[in-house]
Amino acid sequence: MRTTAFAAVGIAAAAAIALSGCAAGDAADDGQVTITYTNFISNDGNEENLQAIVDAFEEENPDITVEVTTLPYADYGTALQTDLAAGTVADLFDIEYANYAQYQANGVLAELPVENTDAYRQSLLEAYQTDGTQFALPSSFSAVVLYYNADLFDAAGLEYPTSDWTWADEQAAAEQLTDAAAGVWGDHQPVSFYEFYKALAQNGGDFLSEDGTEVAFNTPEGIEAAQWLVGKSGTVMPTIEQGQGTPDFDTNLFKDGKLAMLHTGIWVFGAVADVPFGWDIAVEPGNAQQASAVFSNAVGVSSGSEHPEAAAKFAEFLTSSDVMVQVRLDSGWELPPISDEAALATYLEKDKPANRQAVFDSLDGIALPPVVAEGQQEMQDIMTEELVEAQSGRKTVEEALASAEERINAVIGR
Amino acid sequence: MLVFLLPSAIPLALFVLGPMVAAAWISLTEWNLLAPATWVGLDNYAKLLTDPGTADVFLHTAMYIVGYLPLVYVGGLAIALALNTALRGRTLLRGVYFLPVITSWIVVALVWRWLLNPSNGVVNTVLGFFGIEGPGWWSDPAWAMPSIILASAWKDVGFVMVILLAGLQAIDPELVDAARVDGAGWWRRLFSVTLPLLSPATFFVVVISLINGFQVFDQVYAMTGGGPGGASQVVVQQIYDLTFRYGSAGEASALSWLLFLVILAVTVVQIRGQRRWVNYG
Repeated sequence: MRTTAFAAVGIAAAAAIALSGCAAGDAADDGQVTITYTNFISNDGNEENLQAIVDAFEEENPDITVEVTTLPYADYGTALQTDLAAGTVADLFDIEYANYAQYQANGVLAELPVENTDAYRQSLLEAYQTDGTQFALPSSFSAVVLYYNADLFDAAGLEYPTSDWTWADEQAAAEQLTDAAAGVWGDHQPVSFYEFYKALAQNGGDFLSEDGTEVAFNTPEGIEAAQWLVGKSGTVMPTIEQGQGTPDFDTNLFKDGKLAMLHTGIWVFGAVADVPFGWDIAVEPGNAQQASAVFSNAVGVSSGSEHPEAAAKFAEFLTSSDVMVQVRLDSGWELPPISDEAALATYLEKDKPANRQAVFDSLDGIALPPVVAEGQQEMQDIMTEELVEAQSGRKTVEEALASAEERINAVIGR
Repeated sequence: MLVFLLPSAIPLALFVLGPMVAAAWISLTEWNLLAPATWVGLDNYAKLLTDPGTADVFLHTAMYIVGYLPLVYVGGLAIALALNTALRGRTLLRGVYFLPVITSWIVVALVWRWLLNPSNGVVNTVLGFFGIEGPGWWSDPAWAMPSIILASAWKDVGFVMVILLAGLQAIDPELVDAARVDGAGWWRRLFSVTLPLLSPATFFVVVISLINGFQVFDQVYAMTGGGPGGASQVVVQQIYDLTFRYGSAGEASALSWLLFLVILAVTVVQIRGQRRWVNYG
């Protein structure tokens, strides 16, 4: 009996190995290649737009089939890490600028030769190079701008925000626009790592020291920048208890006509397009200088891919083809990472918002996220946690920054 | 005969023993899930044992258990006793109380987050009618853990009720009647007859609830994410964060093994101690 049992276990194990072996060997003999692509960029409304690009690519390359898997952004990082660890990662996958360095350093990205480098906006292309070698291709970029409800400004008799505004102008308007009795708030800006590094840049400070081994934000500029974010809560912005910080809270408040100014990315153009009041955008106000957050997504080829050439071909099509440019501009799905300003001109002609020039103006002064090789996520989490401590009044801004400095240095310096 | 064990032995080996052995090996390495793991010996354990954060997550987990276990047991017992009588509609009620048990934790957690919303949730609104200013529930570090305990007890009370109800129905009614004839009141019958005879079911509930309590995760992840300010960061949430957010799968595996050893020790103590109070009739 005992031998039978062990034999059965052995057969089961052998079967499992054989089955998993089968799954890996899908390279067909007839030259037909199937590549897989896992993305988050099309999730929540742009799935069909991505499919249009994929269809056009397959038509041009009849020997290549692209299988697309779309995941929500919130789960994407976990899923990607699990796939990388298990060796089941797709041939192509999305990454963000903030995570590029870490993935590249860990060797999960294959070199990505580009045929036509001139098609790309050079600064974006260079953002995904390491020692002169391309390891990913930018698929889009977007900026964070100041949205405003023009009807609320009219009712209060205030001038609309302009690109010349500073924090003081925003503060003054926010105070006048806040009407607690009517449930109308003047301003909303998340209290988070992402807003802090940008506010810090707007105030002339730096998040990291020059060599990137320790933080440099515990300065008078840093304290003022943190105060700027934290001080809005409960005065011109709802508190955490009132829902601030929960997903989509700010966008929904704006859509309900209960929020005069909103700091968020151009990716919500579509979501607020049909609101029953006038709205527009402006470059985010700065303090010492203008600095806008610019985000860029990219696509990389897995270093374990069995079809690197086909994958690279699709990566280039996905990020620089005319079809992609057309689809993105028609749908307002973030901005294509291309160098051709003339093609982008049609973007400016579209309405809602009218002042689309502000998107390009915000690129004049940009604040890129601080990037460290180890502990990126922990650094971001600690920063947000300490800022929220200050927002909740459990710590002073000075205490929160001192604590964040100590904790982050311990994480990134190891 | 061993062949009859295969249906449970194979899944056990594949999904429990295999991962446990793998975790033991990973716990001796530094692994960020991306690059190949590197051997570090017992460094991860040394780091965990000297890190004050480790004591914090175990303390928070213990706080959860201390709040959760009495609440869910007393609640489950009360409902089981009520539903063990000739109450009208008791079959329906048994189903209703069991419904949360089979509901997804994510759904339950989102509903409770909404009920306990500090500014416009139902609970604080109702408290407001009585002139009571409700607490900041999940936004206040002091109340985050009580919020999670409340939601957990509500969800699990049906499970405890079913186990205890089965135990109650196995008690010979003649024993209770005999106590009644001897003049024992309701409380006396409960403490001197029912509870001693219910002790095997109670033992089962306590062992299972303690193990589940140490492994509390879903509700924490969905309700507070371990916040605010780390006030509800429990052991398994920490294991999750270390692995999937901070790229420290080695340290996370070491923490998993520490948790396993703690649960093992607690369970051994309980099984050793059961002969003092568990009465198998």
